[in-house]
Amino acid sequence: MDAEDDATGQMIEDEEIYVNGGEDGDDSKRHRPIISGEQLDIEAYAALYTGRTKISRLMFIAEKCGNASMQLDALRMAYDEIKKGENTQLLREVVEKIDGRLGPNYGPDSAWADVVDRRAEFRKEKLENELNAYRTNLIKESIRMGYNDFGDFYFAHEMGQFTHVTSYVSKAEQSQDALDPVIIEKLRCAAGLALLEGKKYKLAARKFLETGPELGNNYTEVIAPQDVATYGGLCALASFDRAELKSKVIDSINFRNFLELVPEIRELINDFYTSHYASCLEYLGNLKANLLLDIHLHDHVETLYEQIRNKALIQYTHPFVSVDLHMMANAFNTSVASLEKELEALITNNQIQARIDSHNKILYARHADQRNATFQRVLQTGSEFDREVRAMLLRANLIKNEFNLKASRKH
Amino acid sequence: MNSVETLVAQIQGLSGSISDVNQLHSLLKQSEDFFQSESTRLASLLTELDPSIHSLGYLYILEACTSAPISKEQASELVLSVARFINLCAAEQIRLAPDKFTSVCKRFKDQVMLLEDPMRGVAPMLTAIRKLQLSTEHLTTLHQDFLLLCLLAKCYKTGLSILEDDIFEIDQPRDFFLYCYYGGMICIGHKKFSKALELLHNVVTAPMSILNAIAVEAYKKYILVSLIHLGQFSISFPKYTSSVAQRNLKNFSQPYLELVNSYGTGKISELETSVQANNEKFEFDQNLGLVKQVVSSMYKRNIQRLTQTYLTLSLQDIANTVQLNSAKEAEMHVLQMIQDGEIYATINQKDGMVRFLEDPEQYKTCEMIERIDSSIQRIMMLSRKLTHMDEQLSCDPLYLAKAGKERQRFDFDDFDTVPSSKFTI
Repeated sequence: MDAEDDATGQMIEDEEIYVNGGEDGDDSKRHRPIISGEQLDIEAYAALYTGRTKISRLMFIAEKCGNASMQLDALRMAYDEIKKGENTQLLREVVEKIDGRLGPNYGPDSAWADVVDRRAEFRKEKLENELNAYRTNLIKESIRMGYNDFGDFYFAHEMGQFTHVTSYVSKAEQSQDALDPVIIEKLRCAAGLALLEGKKYKLAARKFLETGPELGNNYTEVIAPQDVATYGGLCALASFDRAELKSKVIDSINFRNFLELVPEIRELINDFYTSHYASCLEYLGNLKANLLLDIHLHDHVETLYEQIRNKALIQYTHPFVSVDLHMMANAFNTSVASLEKELEALITNNQIQARIDSHNKILYARHADQRNATFQRVLQTGSEFDREVRAMLLRANLIKNEFNLKASRKH
Repeated sequence: MNSVETLVAQIQGLSGSISDVNQLHSLLKQSEDFFQSESTRLASLLTELDPSIHSLGYLYILEACTSAPISKEQASELVLSVARFINLCAAEQIRLAPDKFTSVCKRFKDQVMLLEDPMRGVAPMLTAIRKLQLSTEHLTTLHQDFLLLCLLAKCYKTGLSILEDDIFEIDQPRDFFLYCYYGGMICIGHKKFSKALELLHNVVTAPMSILNAIAVEAYKKYILVSLIHLGQFSISFPKYTSSVAQRNLKNFSQPYLELVNSYGTGKISELETSVQANNEKFEFDQNLGLVKQVVSSMYKRNIQRLTQTYLTLSLQDIANTVQLNSAKEAEMHVLQMIQDGEIYATINQKDGMVRFLEDPEQYKTCEMIERIDSSIQRIMMLSRKLTHMDEQLSCDPLYLAKAGKERQRFDFDDFDTVPSSKFTI
């Protein structure tokens, strides 16, 4: 068992050396990139976080990675972390998952659990008593503080309910003048996460991009600065147009600091902007496996990737009157036939205004005739209006009829 | 006491001026019982009267003699005489007794159906409707009977002539439901799908307090026609639909909704599986023909979609994409669609390539301008009508009483003003 642990530890170290010695400069020594083309380095990854998120991220990885040694590694670290906290429920879960595979040191520690449980119960009681006391004294400020303490206690249980996060954030933002910059940045991150979860990628990207350097490592119980770069970068890429991408992402001094932490994201954004799509897509392909292990991003990876790819296709065709499909397929590293299918889908959804000459394998831009389209729409709207008004008059008449009938029966 | 002779004399004497006819009308109403008891002897009187001059009296007598059950031989005779009366009678006289006229016409329709010769009823019924209705906007009870006869006689064209009128005034909701349902079927028969959709839509969304079978059947057809004509069907109802319909219609139309789902996939094979699975139900509802049209419309829809994306495409590729068996079959479909003006394309038979073209309409011709102009005129007319109706309704004492009563409960100060904002349909 120990030998196996050592082996995985060795492997991780090897990787570290490789990654450090590879493309990253001095900057990444302190903030190591959490994401690289190689297998995820769990230890380094976990080091970025503290508190509950560390545990849940580790457990998430354990669940999804499908690699026994990696899974045990993650679970071991999660176990250690839980022991520092007070959550006995989580410990039971982890122990169940470890299932004795990590030796007797990682079994259910019932003594510890009992102590912690009792302590928690005691604290809860105490807080409740205090709160009641405050209430009877009708001291407003004290009640508020009492609630705060109570809130802290329950805070951990409320994580993961993203719908509430947005409303809390907007509430908090209203009293922003009283808050210090770190809190503001925390709020932005929280809002960004909530929006990401709600699939509102554009708004999420804006929030992450607004996040200032004050965040630092102050919010590691939820999010690391590296994550801000990854989430923000990918969401921006998927949802922003060119101008916005340039002004808000590439030229943003503020966000550049975050991007420095994850050079891959920086590179692929630049590649995208300078139209090196093949290289950009290659970066994305390399990152994919690890992004799928991210607790917040995994659900959205496919959608974001698809949107980015579609955006790239649209951008590629945009400036041209005609595009040779062979060359385009080369640029996107795909075959002409599958490219044709992709383009077909985009044209059907009206995202590319063009038509495919399947015979000569050329894509022709199609400039919609505004005048004709307007005429067409006018006629259509006219006949719709006609139909709607008549139907409405009929319904009004029927209602009137029925009403009159009822009234006459009554009299 | 009244005798048959005095009655005839009265009718003959009082059929001239309007006041005479009104007097006759009240006399006739008083002798209602007499008509009942003497119904068998009355038939002979008809020969003494001229239906074009003594229309009102003739109508009363005719109504009385048709009330008794008759044999099949007599039916043919009766049909003849009623048809003659309908053709000759004076509209202003029979409008005094619309109930009598309607009941005579309904019996006429029944007899025609009994004789299994609906064709004989079509023309007289159309005349009857025109004579009975005060304006073409008025829906009479006879409309639905007429449309039913048209359907049975397959005289779709004649039926369409009456469907072109805009209807706004309705006496009986039931008439309206049947009018729209039969009308919808006639339009389907004539492949006028957009008009059919409109009529069926009216049935489905009409205000109703209890669900009726007409609405259920109309909803099924509405789904199918919507798929054929628009290539899609929105499951959600417009918000003005009655809650009864919103709650219940879907439960009765499950096979049809399944069809909608499989149509949405755009795959012929899935659609056909769904059709196969519910074949019996469609047949039971007598909608199998429409369902088959739904299937063939999907090929068209898929080919049409290709015209949006491709400039040229080989027939083989078309066949592959829309799941046709061979390039030859694809060619037939494309050819048919070009012929029907549904797509613009040319086929190059040498290399089996289809070149799709843009819609040649440039909106520059005089006809187009005229069409737009007439459309504008129509919409202006409708707006005027809407305003007029709004005004009329805001002066309607019944409506005011109700609206006022409801208002009072909330806000007494607003009571004297007419709450026009309440006018929501």
